Amino acid sequence: MKNTLFKVFLITLLIWSAAGPVDAAEGQTVATKPRPVDLSIKGEEKAVLTQAPFVPPPITRQHATKVIVQLEVIEATRRLADGVEYVFWTFGGDVPGSFIRVREGDLVEFHLLNHPTSKMPHNIDLHAVTGPGGGATSSFTAPGHRSQFSFKALNPGLYVYHCATAPVGLHVANGMYGLILVEPKEGLPRVDREYYVMQGEFYTEGRYGEEGLQAFDQRKAEDERPSYVVFNGSVGSLVGDKAIKAKVGEKVRLFVGNGGPNLISSFHVIGEIFDTVYQEGGVLPSQKQVQTTMIPAGGSAIVEFGVEVPGTYVLVDHSLFRAFNKGAVGMLKVEGPENMLVYTGKEVDAIYLGSQAEGGSEAGRKIAELEAARRKAIQGDETIAGLTKEIQIAKGKQVYLQTCFVCHQTEGQGIPEQIPPLAKSDYLMSDKDRSIRTVLQGLSGEIVVNRKTYNGVMIPMNNLSDHEIANVLTYVRNSWGNSGDAVSAEEVKRIRSELPKAVTTSFE
Amino acid sequence: MVSRHHPPMHAWTAGLLFLLVLLRPAYGEEGAAKESPPKASMVEVPAGTHRPLFVPPGETNSVQVPVFRLDRHPVTNGDYLEFVSQNPKWRRSQVKRIFADENYLRHWAGDLEPGEAAMSNQPVTWVSWFAAKAYAQWQGKRLPTVTEWEYAATHGFSTLDGSKDPEFQAAIRRWYSTPSPTSLPLVAQGRANILGIHDFHGLVWEWTADFNSSLVTGDARGNSGIERQLFCGAGSAGNRNPSDYPAFLRYGFRSSLKASYCIHNLGFRCAADL
Repeated sequence: MKNTLFKVFLITLLIWSAAGPVDAAEGQTVATKPRPVDLSIKGEEKAVLTQAPFVPPPITRQHATKVIVQLEVIEATRRLADGVEYVFWTFGGDVPGSFIRVREGDLVEFHLLNHPTSKMPHNIDLHAVTGPGGGATSSFTAPGHRSQFSFKALNPGLYVYHCATAPVGLHVANGMYGLILVEPKEGLPRVDREYYVMQGEFYTEGRYGEEGLQAFDQRKAEDERPSYVVFNGSVGSLVGDKAIKAKVGEKVRLFVGNGGPNLISSFHVIGEIFDTVYQEGGVLPSQKQVQTTMIPAGGSAIVEFGVEVPGTYVLVDHSLFRAFNKGAVGMLKVEGPENMLVYTGKEVDAIYLGSQAEGGSEAGRKIAELEAARRKAIQGDETIAGLTKEIQIAKGKQVYLQTCFVCHQTEGQGIPEQIPPLAKSDYLMSDKDRSIRTVLQGLSGEIVVNRKTYNGVMIPMNNLSDHEIANVLTYVRNSWGNSGDAVSAEEVKRIRSELPKAVTTSFE
Repeated sequence: MVSRHHPPMHAWTAGLLFLLVLLRPAYGEEGAAKESPPKASMVEVPAGTHRPLFVPPGETNSVQVPVFRLDRHPVTNGDYLEFVSQNPKWRRSQVKRIFADENYLRHWAGDLEPGEAAMSNQPVTWVSWFAAKAYAQWQGKRLPTVTEWEYAATHGFSTLDGSKDPEFQAAIRRWYSTPSPTSLPLVAQGRANILGIHDFHGLVWEWTADFNSSLVTGDARGNSGIERQLFCGAGSAGNRNPSDYPAFLRYGFRSSLKASYCIHNLGFRCAADL
């Protein structure tokens, strides 16, 4: 009996010592429970939280740490569309909630604060949590109170979080959702830009655009007939000055979530093709070259694409009445030089007269202009298929006029007694490989050209690329009375590789 | 039950309940000191049948509510000032921390001065369940049960069954979708229901005697196995009307509370037997 009493006493002591240390910063008594030590965790840091469309920077550390996330629930009246207001319930003050970025293996110490002015209690269910309710059972928090729980980020991926307080549909419909990225240990591939886009729908008593403070409509929510389907919490949140931005040639990654509460998104960027999609927010690239990716309510996707051409790319839910009539539109603005080879812009805008159209009409003229522009564009890019001898000659002339003409003169006539001619040159035309070698390593000593002897020095031109040498030789072999076949970059490359290293330096 | 969500608090709660039992006679004496509680401000709520939002498995989905009295409007700062004047231990500077958290009467200027932020006719808020209960006992009354409160609150403006009163339903929805104002309106300004009772929906949340007896779990979707009867999870199973979201919000709100909590939009009114 005595023994039992003693045990009870001990247990009581233990319970009392575990409960209620004072949090000095807040001056509040908080209940905490002892936590086993995780030896893989080194140090601690405060999570950087961002509001959409921005994303915290990639995690570069190579070890797991304790990440402290402090998220405040705020209920506030905000703009849903021009002239339309709604009472949003938010994680962090905005819809969607703050973006949280942690690393696989991190210990996340989560603090949920419910602002004292809140009308409702709230909690949080993070799909990244392995445990009952995703944290919801441990974070139920009355107005003016705070809760804390910790979880280990076991599984990498892009996860939705949301409030799970009754009635859960209403809490989500009022905007209580966001994304948490658990970055894989090895990190994600490097990109130039990362953005945060999250879709959600709103059920208001008024129709789309009806002005004033709009109340929630339970019936519309049950029927899944939203008045608004939007990206990032309001109509126009990613439009105009607020559009997300990139530059030509950059690679863009979008972390896309769908808070729902009801609809599945057919996420699409007009004018782009997703190079890579991490479907459903998993860490494996699941598909290449995707036009539209499906994002379930309470789910996510990561999409990556390069931007090749400047302009405005429109983000939509390709269930198009949502885009056109309910607000599901965003914009990506890409700045940089035009690239006619990838996209020409509008080429022809003319009256069409059917069979009455004549040559010499406005349309005909525009098509001719277009052809010229296209030819020019093609000449500007030697890597594309269909590099013709004519193009090489045109390009080679440019090289000649920068590099060769001072000595060999504009018509290839050379300078008597000093510089041998290229025009109608037997020395040039009789041995193609020698001509390539001559450009690459220069030439000195006596040579005979067209029965005349020259004894000068030509300096090596091996700073020219294989393409440039091929083009300039094609030009001289087909100008001023010469007629020969084209020289390819491959031939130049082969001969360059046969030369002693000391003489030649590849700039390819 | 409590221990699942707030494990260390289990010991506290048990301890507090024990202390309460010890302290009860003292409250009784205070109640007796005031001989004739003013019941004129009360309204008789006729006996009737109530269909609670949550129906435990195996029970019928309606309960009989005997006749009782209920305050016409929530207790005001003016009322509460009288209480703390006569009961020094419920003054802000003297209240025991286990009975009311640090926010107790935080909007008052001083122990006996409500001040500008707490007008006499505004509902008193920032009070704990313990404080509300003590006040009711001092008045010779008690706190209403959840069933009593919910039953009385279903009465519409012009019909006994408020669910058939569109104006009443619209008024409810309006309040639940509006944030709490920085300064609360005065009591009894809103339209009274058919019984003559004000402010059920549109002013403040209200404490009930058994606020934590039908817990919605912290996780609204939990509704499994052995805990079901205790938690009556607010998932779709087990509840009468999943469309009645204002009722869910009330149950959800009550479930987030602990008896010492003091909150800006949480007040109370008293009930009494006939």
